[in-house]
Amino acid sequence: MSLEQFKNRNIGTQNYVALDVGKPPKSGLCQFKQVVKRTFKGELFVGLWVTMKAMLKALFGGDMHTIQYPFEKLPISPRYRAIHDMLRLLESGNYRCIGCGLCEKICISNCISMDTRYDENQRKEVSEYTINFGRCIFCGYCAEVCPELAIVHGPRYENASEQRAGYSLFEDMLTPIDKLNLQQEYDGFGAVSPNADENIKKTPLAY
Amino acid sequence: MSEVQTVDTMITIKIDGIEYKAKEGEYILNAARANDIFIPAICYLTRCSPTLACRICLVEADGKQVYACNAKVKEGMEVTIDTPTILEERRAIMEVYDVNHPLQCGVCDKSGECELQNYTLELGIDSQSYMIPDTKRETTNWSSVLHYDPGLCIVCERCTTVCKDMIGDSAITTVKRGGAELDKGYKESMPKDAYAMWNKLQKSVIAPSNGTGETNCSDCGECIAVCPVGALASRDFVYTSNAWDLKRIPAVAAHSSDGAQIYYEVKPTSITDRTEKIYRITNEWNYVSLDGSARFAYDFQNTTATKDKAAFDAAIEAFKKAETVRFNAMITNEEAMMLQTLKEKMGFKLYNPEVKAFQTFLNHYKAASGNSLWTTDTDAIMKKSDFVISIGAALRNDSPAMKYAFNNVQKMNKGAGLYFHPVGDTLIPTFGKTVEVFTHKVGHEELALYLVLDLFADKEKLPSNVKEYIESFKKSETKTITEKVEKTIKEMVLNEETGEEEEVSKKVKEEVEKEITVSTNGLVDLLGGDSATFEDTFAKMMKKKENFSMMLGEDLYYHEKAENIAKLVALVEATCDIDVVMTPPKSNALGVALICELDDAQSGYTIGYNENGDFRLSALGDGDLDMPAMNQQEGTLCNIGKRVLPTNAAVEYEGYELNDLMKVLVGAPELTIDWTQTLPTNRGFKSIAFDDLPNSFDNDGTDNRGYRLEISNVETELPEISKCDEDAVLEGDIAYRCNPARQFNDFTDKSHEIFEAFALYASTEKAASLGEKVEVVFDNGSITLDVIADEKMTGDIVKVPDFKAAQGVYDLFGTSRYKTVTLRKV
Repeated sequence: MSLEQFKNRNIGTQNYVALDVGKPPKSGLCQFKQVVKRTFKGELFVGLWVTMKAMLKALFGGDMHTIQYPFEKLPISPRYRAIHDMLRLLESGNYRCIGCGLCEKICISNCISMDTRYDENQRKEVSEYTINFGRCIFCGYCAEVCPELAIVHGPRYENASEQRAGYSLFEDMLTPIDKLNLQQEYDGFGAVSPNADENIKKTPLAY
Repeated sequence: MSEVQTVDTMITIKIDGIEYKAKEGEYILNAARANDIFIPAICYLTRCSPTLACRICLVEADGKQVYACNAKVKEGMEVTIDTPTILEERRAIMEVYDVNHPLQCGVCDKSGECELQNYTLELGIDSQSYMIPDTKRETTNWSSVLHYDPGLCIVCERCTTVCKDMIGDSAITTVKRGGAELDKGYKESMPKDAYAMWNKLQKSVIAPSNGTGETNCSDCGECIAVCPVGALASRDFVYTSNAWDLKRIPAVAAHSSDGAQIYYEVKPTSITDRTEKIYRITNEWNYVSLDGSARFAYDFQNTTATKDKAAFDAAIEAFKKAETVRFNAMITNEEAMMLQTLKEKMGFKLYNPEVKAFQTFLNHYKAASGNSLWTTDTDAIMKKSDFVISIGAALRNDSPAMKYAFNNVQKMNKGAGLYFHPVGDTLIPTFGKTVEVFTHKVGHEELALYLVLDLFADKEKLPSNVKEYIESFKKSETKTITEKVEKTIKEMVLNEETGEEEEVSKKVKEEVEKEITVSTNGLVDLLGGDSATFEDTFAKMMKKKENFSMMLGEDLYYHEKAENIAKLVALVEATCDIDVVMTPPKSNALGVALICELDDAQSGYTIGYNENGDFRLSALGDGDLDMPAMNQQEGTLCNIGKRVLPTNAAVEYEGYELNDLMKVLVGAPELTIDWTQTLPTNRGFKSIAFDDLPNSFDNDGTDNRGYRLEISNVETELPEISKCDEDAVLEGDIAYRCNPARQFNDFTDKSHEIFEAFALYASTEKAASLGEKVEVVFDNGSITLDVIADEKMTGDIVKVPDFKAAQGVYDLFGTSRYKTVTLRKV
């Protein structure tokens, strides 16, 4: 894409179209005339009629646009970055997080920290995980860098509470095991691109 | 002698068209590394022998493809690092290394500092052309500290190489793993070296060399350090931290007198506890090798310390009435300087049983030889020596640096070695084919030095009484021996068919008696050798040997006739072409010996600094006033290499320091490290501020840490030496004050990755005869200890450790290291 159009900052040279707004009044008398003309022309009622129509439509025509927040909420874009979710593997219910520490490393506000250990099954286990939401700037790097799509940004944007700490532990962010069937795949930062298959080279396997 | 650095002959080589200087006879790879040029190499370790496992260091030298780790530089050699064929080979090799290598870098401990990752990216491996079915390989633990994941192992054999060539344990080796056979088609289609490397890789895996699942080694962990991938890790560290999260703090290993370079690697303890904790120790493994205490004894910090004003005031009072301050070698030069200043101003005694004997020995040596310190160091020995003699040191336990040097000389310099020690050891003879072990009687250390004089001295220079004394051991006898001789006898035999007489020759064996003169060297026999065979053995050992060195250990300092021994050492230096290195007994014994005027005994009200006393200053957290441990303070330490090395604080300390006491008692500068430049210059220290001390290695391995102590030389006459009293040997049950390999003091014992117990160590047979527990009765007390069998020990002498100061083992042994004791079963 050419960036030329953005580089031209000289506004006057572009193709603007001037609207026909008439000539501005010149004298005090002309101004007075304009006010009287506009006041009594009845345009006010045209506007009120439009409002009236919309109100009737909303009340009786079932075309209401008002969202009854907090009882109703607007759907948000999958790319919206709100409080993080920690996802589980759908098949086994295990954590997706493998404790690689990349989110901790990439975090530009240094708000993620984690403890890992060698567990009984000889695997790396995340024993503690926390995000300091007082510092988090919701940049989305953690979700983008996560190789397992384990940490993602969820839709929970209401952060008002007595303590921010209430969101910050692993268990708080983790999909509850009984709601595993409701776990949504994430399409935002770091998600697999639709054409991912075209972009990878396959490794030969001797099986 | 070695203080005058031998100038190696430098030659000129061209690498990629640019001229560089290189040492003659050096490998191309080392020459390149010394000149800051990168040649890819995975399996080669600078101070060990080339393994030729990875073959990635392939370069073109004078038009021929050679392995840079294995080909020596020649004058005018032109080396090209990358040619199209070599790049093809390298790419194929890296692709092969990546075949079936697990892709879970995310959970690998090595991720971020992994050489496989690095080289894969460096060579731009973005696709894979080879494949083979994988074999299941189970993760195992080799010892209390070693964790091996064969699935990650690329069988570069660095671990086995360092264990054999440097450490000397040879505890691990490559074994067959029963991998699938390579597809025959690859032989044609693949680059040659890549195929050969893959063929070997596919067949092997690393395992303990004794055939069991356990290594039974000294647990130094050097194999962990050199592992390029995540296959080898410390059991304690596995999956606890990523490499990049850890902050490196350059320091000096505090326990043995090696003064090895280490990094404390720290990060916050956990999410809830943000105080920093040491997670592991790493080192510059191409230049320095650590022992088990250096690598695993790191978490000995004093965590409970607070600024307790009452205790501080009590300490001030205690100092005011103290008659003795008792301390040990675990102290920085700065603190030793403070104690010495206090002694001068307040007039109490300084008592240090760990260092006193060493200091006296050094003084005797200085008087006899004119040298203020020994003449070589372990690094120099490894670089050039090809004949080493060790006297009076339990190599496996006392000084890891000397053990590594002794072993490295055998392996790398085609060397030979003589090992004199009363305690039999099965490991030392495995260092090399030309290692002779003399298990002599306790008290015969002087004879060992006389034997050295006999074998190596320029006889012209020896004083006549010494010469006579040595000759008095030699006898020549005439012996009659019977030899079998084959004789050919000719006979005339009647041929029955033809009836003619024919001459037939027959071979007949006949026994002939012969008289020969056998010269026996009584010294050899007295030292437990066999004089009949020694002459031949020694002749074999001496073949092509040019550079001789001798290592002296703690036994000699505690010897009843230490003065005479020091003189003998001086005589050896004066008359033989032998460099000498002495091991300071522990930690900073050398620094203490140089800085403090130590007294012979303690008396009256005693302040113990990490030792027993009426008032205890302790970095262990159990004393009357807390002090910072060695990983919590800045300061300098002196090591076996005669260097003054800076060490830094790794973890937080919140209590009082010795310097705070100094401020109240006699006045002191603001910080402990302000004392660094006040260290006594007349003892070899330099007036350099702590912050100006360098702390690095050059690319060619030159040690630039801190500075080297100035050594004075005074011309002296040959010392008067008395004869050895051959009958003054210890008989009966003998106890030897000697710690297990990774224990040095209370601090190593406090560390959670050190498991060696405070117990009586004995050879397997002796341990069996002693039962489970014994009371060791000395003249002036007794101690009850569990009995542990040490498979590598032989003979009847038992080892009693001294690493727990509270047990007062030094007081039991008094001024010697060997004592006749009564062992009573409990």
